[in-house]
This record gives sequence, structure tokens and C-alpha cells, in this order.
Amino acid sequence: MKLISAIIKPFKLDEVREALSEIGVAGITVTEVKGFGRQKGHTELYRGAEYVVDFLPKVKIEVAVDDSKLDGAIEAITKAAHTGKIGDGKVFVFTLTQAIRIRTGETGKDAL
Amino acid sequence: MSFNRLSRFVLLAAFALSGPTIAYAQDDAATAAEPAAAEAAPATTDAPAAPAKKKHHKKEKAKAAPVAEMAAAEEKPAAAAAPAEEKAAAEPKPAEPAAAEAAPAAAAPAAEAPAAAAPAAAPKCGDKGFDCNKGDVAWMMTSTAFVLLMTVPGLALFYAGMVRSKNALSTTMQSFAIFCVIAVLWVIFGYGAAFTAHGDFLGALPWQEGSKGWFLSADDPTTAPAATFSKGQYLPDFVYCMFQLTFAAITVALITGGLAERMKFSAVMIFSVLWFCFSYLPIAHMVWYWDGPDAYLKGDAKAAEVAASHAGFLFQKGAIDFAGGTVVHINAGIAALMCALVLGPRKGLGKIHFAPHSLMMTAIGTGMLWMGWFGFNAGSALEANGGAGLAFFNTLFGTAVAGCAWAGTEWLLKGKPSLLGICSGIVAGLVAITPAAGFVGPVGAFVICAVAGVVCLLAATKLKAMLGYDDALDAFGVHCIGGIIGALGTGIYVNPALGGTGVYDYTAEAVGAFDAHAQFVAQLWAVATSLAWSGTVALVILLALKFTIGIRASDEAQEEGLDLSEHGEKAYNH
Repeated sequence: MKLISAIIKPFKLDEVREALSEIGVAGITVTEVKGFGRQKGHTELYRGAEYVVDFLPKVKIEVAVDDSKLDGAIEAITKAAHTGKIGDGKVFVFTLTQAIRIRTGETGKDAL
Repeated sequence: MSFNRLSRFVLLAAFALSGPTIAYAQDDAATAAEPAAAEAAPATTDAPAAPAKKKHHKKEKAKAAPVAEMAAAEEKPAAAAAPAEEKAAAEPKPAEPAAAEAAPAAAAPAAEAPAAAAPAAAPKCGDKGFDCNKGDVAWMMTSTAFVLLMTVPGLALFYAGMVRSKNALSTTMQSFAIFCVIAVLWVIFGYGAAFTAHGDFLGALPWQEGSKGWFLSADDPTTAPAATFSKGQYLPDFVYCMFQLTFAAITVALITGGLAERMKFSAVMIFSVLWFCFSYLPIAHMVWYWDGPDAYLKGDAKAAEVAASHAGFLFQKGAIDFAGGTVVHINAGIAALMCALVLGPRKGLGKIHFAPHSLMMTAIGTGMLWMGWFGFNAGSALEANGGAGLAFFNTLFGTAVAGCAWAGTEWLLKGKPSLLGICSGIVAGLVAITPAAGFVGPVGAFVICAVAGVVCLLAATKLKAMLGYDDALDAFGVHCIGGIIGALGTGIYVNPALGGTGVYDYTAEAVGAFDAHAQFVAQLWAVATSLAWSGTVALVILLALKFTIGIRASDEAQEEGLDLSEHGEKAYNH
């Protein structure tokens, strides 16, 4: 099993969610984060006091998938989140050692 | 920047070589007569009511009392009238203190017999043939409520929106707590200390002769009168007391702009009480205290001299300040600068972001300030009349001009006009028009406020950046600088030739001949005195507190936020 952690632009969330459900990945966890890579921030001006804001708001999505769906999920995310402009984000893949569904106690693939 | 402005004003004003004495707002003596010994109040009587004649010279503070000093002869009829009146009048209560005071009053000839003796001779609200004008009283109570709104919560929101969210409650708390404390002190002794005759620099403290007593004990709660700018027209003293209370409270609250986000609450409160006592009270007395229009009689220069000698120091100099450019704004603004300098900058200034946490809140506060300011300025006319109407006009028109000026200049200089900018411009306009409100015409308002909009913008941005003081909420840049512009501009644009009302001469019963040079010099006196007095008092108090209880909140407290460290609360729990 793998855990995909992807940082994307916030307005792309709906597209990514739809793309994932199309390939059968139903569960997703979303967190609002801030960060930067190569994308520059912006400047705010309050009565002459300038503030350079480096951090940009982003969204992190985490999905746990079975190995068989891994490539499909990655492709769905990258295609849906892509704009071509700097700041589109990144996808990270972690190896997932265990997964348990709390309600039923199912483990492994059945929990995903 | 402001110095260039100042020198230009001086040059413009320096044309008169010889100047007649500045006409004080001399009340024109209606001479009225004494409606007969049976009538109360020797001095007034005849309400001139003539609306055209009323020109307020300064805020008059006093009660109508001074009249008694005018003529010893009048005291006897007064003393006689008082007891006679007591029987006739429906008010048994005031009679006794009045009678008691009338006796010594009659015994002691004029000279220095301020307050205490006066009430006996002065008219009382509700006296036969004399009553406080109901429109005036209604307007003054309304104005008082409006000025309350300016602080609670207008100024509180205006300031809170501009600080970081972890300090929002502490900023608001400072305004609210200061209002409450100053209000209490005002009634206990403050009002009397500012608005009675005693010395040039302060009125009578509760144990001194002529005072209003502890908790206003010398005043009858419903009938003691306070003078307006018209002969024979009075307000209930308790109403006037409340009106002035709101001014005292907001002045002290304004200072919190310079100390925001880093001063210990206990130090804020102690500083506030001490500064109120040693700076606000004297300056309010110096600028605004006078014996009232009934102390002046037509053609009677001697009476005018006596009355003038009782007035506050700056009133005697001829300085005019309609609603508090010096007493409130310059006063508070320079104290705020002292706080900013002695406290030092907020921890992390320049390194971490101090962006306002809610400009929406600031915008709401601005709206409340503008609305409330109608009470502040138009209420300072003390009557519901044309003078109040002019002040109302200028408060609306001039403020709008300043909003345009600040936003427009910001657009030109920075490329984007901001909401914070227009809110600041509006407040700068309100500040600048405050001393001028009832004195200048539309052109004067336009010029004063346009200049204030631009100059205050530069003071809040460039000057602050250049000199490096952390006047967090620009209390100095907007209130002090704006107040100076307004005070000096008033001296120029009160000139009837420039559309102003002129300065009324109560002895000649007409608008006095205008001496531009002399008036400007008088304004300079007021500005310089306020700056020096308030700045020094603030500095001394701050240093004394710094080296005893400490004034600056610790680094940890600033990190955590004053809301938690000083008040145990969080503003936002999401």
C-alpha cells in the first residue's frame, strides 16, 4: 500500500477530487497548508509599512491507495492539478505499512 | 514636512504690523436688565437669543457664576433675590445651598470670588422666566451619546482592527477601561478642576474655594447651570459635565495608539490617570475655561478685563479651539509619541509581519468615529443653532475632502489606494477640522482638510520610517500633526475675509476686527504650550513608571499576545 501526499494549488482541489473518484479512489484527507518552492509571494502595503509575504496558501491531499492503483492515482492527480505555471505543486509517495478501518476492524487492502 | 507647512503659514500670516488686541469672544451684553430684583440672576437675563450674535470664542466652560464678581452691588439684590426666589420657585433643594452661599457672596465684594459665590447669584435651570432651552439640552445629551460612541466602540474598533489578532482584545480593553476610569475621576474631581475659576493653569480642586466639590456636591443635580456662548442661555451643568467627560475620556484613549501591543496594562492605567490629572486637566482649563458670556457687558471694558483675568492661560492669549484640536488631539498625539519613544518598538518590528488583522473592523470603527464626531464638533457649539450647523457642515464636508486627499495621494505615490488609507484620511480630516469646525467656512475647511490629508499621510509613512519611532497606530502622525494643521489653519481661516466667522467681541457685541497676525500668534501659543506641556508630563510619568513598576510587556508576553498575558482571553477561538 502507498500513501500519496500531494501539495496542490487550492483552486484545483475540486478537479483533483473528481479525477480521483473517477479511477475509484474514494477516500481523501485535505489539509490547508502554506509554503513555497519557486513561486514568489506578494507584497502588502499598510500605511507605508511593506510586508513581503513569502508563504503561499496551498492544499495538501493525502490518499492511501493499493499498489495496483498507484500509477493511476498519480496520473489523475498530476493531470488535474496541472496549470503549467510555477507553483503547481508536488506529489510525494510514502510506503504505507498498515491500514485499519476503525468501524469494522478490516486491515490491509480491505481497509482502503 | 510639517515644519515647512508651519513656516509657510507663518509667512502668509505675517502681514499685519500693528494689531489691535485680539477680540475675545466678548459676549455682548444684553444689558438686560435685571428683570427686577425679584428675578434671579443679575447678570444675564435677556437672552440675546439673537442667533447671529453668538460667536463662540472658545468652549466655555464655566458656569454662569462669574457674573457675581462683576458688581458687588449686584450681589445684594442677588442675595435678596435668592431667598425671595426660593419661596417662589418650586425647587426647595437648591435654595438652601444657594442662600448659604449668597450670604458670604454678598458680604464679600467682587475680587476673586469664583465658583462658590456664583451659583447663588446665577440663574438656575427652571427659574421663573429662565429655563434651559429644551432643544439645546436635547442636542447636548445626544451629542454626548455620540461622543461616547466615538470611543466605545468606535476608536476601540478602529485601533483593534489595526493590530495583530493576539492583541485585539487588549487594545479594545485599553479604550474601554480608560473610558470608565476617566469617567469616574471626572465626576469625582476632574470636571471641577478644569471648569472653574481659580488660576490661569487649573481650576479649583475640591478642597479649594470656588470648586464644584467632591462628586459635584456644590452643584444642584438638576438646576445648576452651565453657560453657553449666548448671554442668558444655559445648559444644565450635569449635562455639560457629561459632555466634557466624553472628551476627557477619548483624549486619554487616543494615546493607546502609540503604545499598542507592548505596554503592560497596569502601566497603561496608571499612566492614564496621572496624565489625565497633570496634562489633560490643565490644558483643558487653559484653552477652554472662561467666565461665560454673561460676565461681559456691552461697552464695559472693565468687566471684560475682570472676566479675561479669570480665564485660562491660553484663552487669555486669544487662542481659539472650537472642539479640541489642541486640548484633545495635539495633547494626546504628543503623549503617544512619548510613549512610543520610551517604550521602544514592538518586539520583532521589521522582522516579522505586523499586518492589521482586520481592516474590516477598522472600517467599522471609522464609520462610528465619523458619525460620533458630529456630536464632538457640532455639540461643541453648546446650542442647537447656526453655529452648530456650521460645525456639522464642516465635519461632513472637510472630512470627505481629507478622505479624498489621502486616498488620492496614496494612489499617486504608491499606485494603489487602500482602504486603510481612506480610513486614515477620514480620521485625519476629522482631527484637523476639530479646532476649526465652528469657525471656518467651506473654503477654509477644504484647505485645512486637504492639507491634513496629504501631510498626515506623509507623516504616518515617510516621517515615521525616517525617524524610526514605533507609533504603532499613528496617533502622533494623524492626531498630533493633524491637530497642529487644524489649529494653525483655524487661526488663518477664521478670518471673515476668508470665509470664516471671525472672533466675536462680547464687549462690542459684534464680530471683532480681525488681526490675522495676532490670531496666528495666539494659535502658535496654544500649539506650542500643548506640545511642551503634554510632552513633558508624559515623558516624566513614563520614565517614573519605567524605573519603578516597568512599562514594557516582556518579550514572552508580546510573543504570546497581550490578550492572553494581560487579560487571560483570546479574541478568536477558531
